[in-house]
Amino acid sequence: MCIKNSRQLKQVQRDFLTRDKQFTRKALICCGTGCLANGAQAIVDEFRIVMKKKRITGFSFEAVRSTGCHGFCEQGPLVIIEPEGIFYTKVKTSQVTDIIDTTIRKGVVIERLLFTNPVDGQKITHYPEVDFFTHQQRIVLRNLGKIAPHDIKEYIGNGGYAALDKALRRMQPQEVIDEISRSGLRGRGGGGFSTGRKWQTCADVESEMRYVVCNGDEGDPGAFMDRSIMEGDPHAVLEGMIIAAYAVGANQGYIYVREEYPLAVIHVQKAIEDCREIGLLGKNIFGTEFSFDIRIARGAGAFVCGESSALMKSVAGEVGEPRAKYIRSVVKGLYDQPTVLNNVETYANVPIIIDKGANWYCKIGTPKSAGTKVFSLVGKVRNTGLIEVPMGITLRRIIFDVGGGIIDDRPFKAVQTGGPSGGCLPDSMLDLPVDFDTLTANGSMMGSGGMIVMDDLTCMVDVARYFLEFLVKESCGKCVPCREGLYQLHGLVQKVCAGQGSEQDLDRMEQLSEVIVRGSLCGLGQSGPNPLLSTLKYFREEYLEHILHRRCPAGVCRDLIIYTINEKCTGCGACVKPCADVAITGEKKKLHVIDQDKCTQCGACMAVCNFDAVEVH
Amino acid sequence: MCQDFSRLPEIIARHRQSSESLIMILQDIQQEYHYLPPEALTLTAETLAVPLSKVASIATFYNSFSLKPRGKNIVKVCLGTACHIRGARLIQDQLEHKLGISAGETTSDSEYTLEAVACVGACAMAPVVIVNEKYHGSLNVNKAAKLLKRK
Repeated sequence: MCIKNSRQLKQVQRDFLTRDKQFTRKALICCGTGCLANGAQAIVDEFRIVMKKKRITGFSFEAVRSTGCHGFCEQGPLVIIEPEGIFYTKVKTSQVTDIIDTTIRKGVVIERLLFTNPVDGQKITHYPEVDFFTHQQRIVLRNLGKIAPHDIKEYIGNGGYAALDKALRRMQPQEVIDEISRSGLRGRGGGGFSTGRKWQTCADVESEMRYVVCNGDEGDPGAFMDRSIMEGDPHAVLEGMIIAAYAVGANQGYIYVREEYPLAVIHVQKAIEDCREIGLLGKNIFGTEFSFDIRIARGAGAFVCGESSALMKSVAGEVGEPRAKYIRSVVKGLYDQPTVLNNVETYANVPIIIDKGANWYCKIGTPKSAGTKVFSLVGKVRNTGLIEVPMGITLRRIIFDVGGGIIDDRPFKAVQTGGPSGGCLPDSMLDLPVDFDTLTANGSMMGSGGMIVMDDLTCMVDVARYFLEFLVKESCGKCVPCREGLYQLHGLVQKVCAGQGSEQDLDRMEQLSEVIVRGSLCGLGQSGPNPLLSTLKYFREEYLEHILHRRCPAGVCRDLIIYTINEKCTGCGACVKPCADVAITGEKKKLHVIDQDKCTQCGACMAVCNFDAVEVH
Repeated sequence: MCQDFSRLPEIIARHRQSSESLIMILQDIQQEYHYLPPEALTLTAETLAVPLSKVASIATFYNSFSLKPRGKNIVKVCLGTACHIRGARLIQDQLEHKLGISAGETTSDSEYTLEAVACVGACAMAPVVIVNEKYHGSLNVNKAAKLLKRK
């Protein structure tokens, strides 16, 4: 089958919808990485086994869809029964028969499988009523959790590739660029550069060859937005890339995907092959003069390859070291040709902008940061997962309304955005609107969308040390300020964590940071000191506590704490086995003791104790 | 250890024969042998007609390549930010203690290799350990210890 015109595309859509209408109910099973880890595949298999034995009018195994990530990974495996939107969490294989007999056949809700609202203990039947979903606005994630990512017909059935059809047939390339410019779309990879302007620059360079590249490297620790989009809706990314290629006049594209994301590689590869088969990639797309193809380049685990020039070198099979960018990569990029590089989420925004128009899009969000942003909301929040919210929403609403507040009702301490290039913001900043410029002005940054929430048990000095350790490992080593500077900076923070720092060290850190920020070649070094600087700015007290009183208030830095066992100990012995130092002794059912000479303060005893009997000082 | 390298030419031939494919070729070789044997680097360089130094530079720059033989079972402890603040270090300590090796090492019986990785993108279920491509989330010290079959 080859789609050559709009009529044929509409026919595929209609065929799909007609088939779909046969089913009175559908079961959507989340098969994102989170739910798969919790056993979602076994649930799908069980549906298949049970359906082989049963005949139900208006339902067959075809109506069971393995979808991309619903976002609510904490509660997986998730099963949603449409059209009612009945939301079952933590489903087990033994419950599948019951779901089929009770809910799918009769439409009766099974109470015990419903989600319990952690705030008031009420059971919630339909997923849009769950707080986690109520406050979201899902544009980029529109298909995630709704369609089977490996089936191109399902994407088309839900309106996919209509935007491409519109762009190729009814718009000139320049009109596409103008539309994207007017929409106010800014790059979702972190920098927030205007996508329209980037495309315009690329299109304006005179060249025979141009490239469109998608950055799916997502090296930021604590972020999985791009992973989920590539796994759950790969065609949205491809459609965005094809539209970009048409707009700037490129004939070859690359998707750079992390090797650590095997499922994403498989789904993107399948999507590319399906597109080629029906003529949406390759020669004469949609029967027009325009030709374009996409290849996958697998990353090999280097954070620095998220930087544009390093990424392009890596695509070309070279060592991923950034170059000085007197000439930007949009002018001289992959193989020295003009190259548009955007990240996964940016491309996934493109089809909907073309489809609904720039005027519709720029009304969402704020005047300077249009649209929505996908975040991975993780750390010490109750509802962790993948969320999409309009720009301009406050941090407080994200953390407390969508996220449901802090685990165990502990006090909120900080939120980290922007990965190793970003910073930590304290509770006084909770009412800041989340957009590109506000976050940067306050010492953090939007980044690609990792949002890590921290409570009072997180030590901010340790967080700074953590990020610096990461950056020291990941610095490519090409330029001295980054390679040596970050190393020294890490040493200084390490000193503070060990209780051997001085107040002068804090000044040294700030001076050295300035050198690294000003002198480094690429973004990794230039923004590398941000986590340190932001914690120094907002949590200086905590640094001073480590230095002046040799105390770690959060009870994290091992050189500054001791563990003891109090009278709550029941003598159950659970802590004895995990203690690597063999430091805990005691008779059964009697109070145990920790030998401080042997203890290395790993904290394993505290983590396993069920009686709050282990204390940290 | 005597290894069978007869599949190497076929693995290299899967890709376009230019230096652009270097990373992908090495990835496929590593998939097969769990590490990059020296013979593989030499053959890749010869087949693609690129200097061995270039192949070696790729093999040593990227984190996912290993020049040392790895164990039968690969255990990866995620140390991403979300895992870190939910106690990944404890999990790492526990696994190191149980296996008697540090992260980055292989047990003497070649059964297990323990690796500490930056982020595997499964942050919502932190802390996470991956044993042979299978994800195990929401771990604590005891659950992590049970992932390993040995005592």
